[in-house]
Amino acid sequence: MASDQAHSPDGAMPDPIHQFEIKRILELDLFGIDASFTNSSLWMVVSVVLISLLTIWGMGGRALVPNRLQSIAEISYEFIANMVRDIVGVSGMKFFPFVFTIFMFILFMNMLGMLPGAFTATSSISVTAALALLVFFTVIIVGFAKNGLGFLKLFVPAGIPKVLLLLVVPIEIISFLSRPVSHSVRLFANMLAGHITLKVFGGFVTMLIGTGGALAAVSIFPLTMALALTALEVLVAFLQAYVFAMLTCMYLHDALHPGH
Amino acid sequence: MAENKTNHQMSTEVSHGNGTHEKIFPPLDPSTFAPQLVWLAITFVTLYIIMSRVALPRISTVLEERRDRIASDLDEAEKLKQQTEEAIAAYEEALTQARNKAIGIAQETRDALAGEVEAEKLEVEKQISEKTVEAEKRIQDAKTAALAHVNEVAGDVAESIVQELIGGKLTKAEVNQAVSKALAS
Repeated sequence: MASDQAHSPDGAMPDPIHQFEIKRILELDLFGIDASFTNSSLWMVVSVVLISLLTIWGMGGRALVPNRLQSIAEISYEFIANMVRDIVGVSGMKFFPFVFTIFMFILFMNMLGMLPGAFTATSSISVTAALALLVFFTVIIVGFAKNGLGFLKLFVPAGIPKVLLLLVVPIEIISFLSRPVSHSVRLFANMLAGHITLKVFGGFVTMLIGTGGALAAVSIFPLTMALALTALEVLVAFLQAYVFAMLTCMYLHDALHPGH
Repeated sequence: MAENKTNHQMSTEVSHGNGTHEKIFPPLDPSTFAPQLVWLAITFVTLYIIMSRVALPRISTVLEERRDRIASDLDEAEKLKQQTEEAIAAYEEALTQARNKAIGIAQETRDALAGEVEAEKLEVEKQISEKTVEAEKRIQDAKTAALAHVNEVAGDVAESIVQELIGGKLTKAEVNQAVSKALAS
């Protein structure tokens, strides 16, 4: 939600889309690629700094009985470690730092996006698609590296009549290829829709107050709604990071154990 | 191509909704993809390196240390518990021995006392029976003596009575014979 709201010419309703605009803070050019430092980059950097502070400075005490910050770091660690162990298996623990980085990065980008004025980096399809494709190609590379052509067994479920395979194999291939799409769009759409809804209800409040009189009193309803939605969005911010990490684990499981 | 079309559709909708000049829906605007992706790559790789090289090994060390510490503490507690149990067992055994010993001593004392009492009793009983026997003998003697005396007195009396009645003289032997006869009947 952007604090510096852009008002449309009629001035009645703040633009709910404005918050997703990329603003170039520092124009940069890297070998002909536009590498400008934008508001999106800023919040990515903030996420990295905060995660590093939590996991390094927060663990600074290395106390036997942890304080709050250390507890958060340890709980995050064990949460993701258990997820990887349960879904990918013990052999998948070498992907633990990867899944942990993905989970914490998305979680912090989502949560920081809930701050007024902050930019939600995960509300852009390019970011979520890049992360989903990273997982997708990791799965393919690890799958072929570990199993060779045996990785193709992923598309041939065991114990199915040969005739049905004609039908099942194309379906499996299509579902595999559509993974990065659903993986990225789920996160992107959730963040986008949530922030638009919040902004619309917030806009109602300012609009109603702006008209003054009896209508200003009615603004309590969209305000209540915005409050409830904020709580929901905090939940969604966590849940989508969890779902993204969970699906990453499931895809990595396929890479290590392609037989169904 | 398809994506561009959707972008266009969405952006038109947005522009209709706001009445602003036509622009691309920002989250789908391809012109902003490059800077976002460059910085996503930079930040993600940085974060991955920090996490995998520094942060996660540290947390893992702390968690392992705690697990080891708890395990060793539990072992220690287990050992202490075992020692306590041994001590309790030793104490119980000592107590049982002491109790048995006490019972033994009490039994011995009781037996000893009972023996003494029994001996005493026997002694006393023996004395009593001796005395009884003696007394009975004395009574018997006295009785015999008395009875003998009775015969004599009866003889004398009979002699005197006979003398008075019949004025004759009877020999002692005859009188005694008659008395004995009378007493015996």
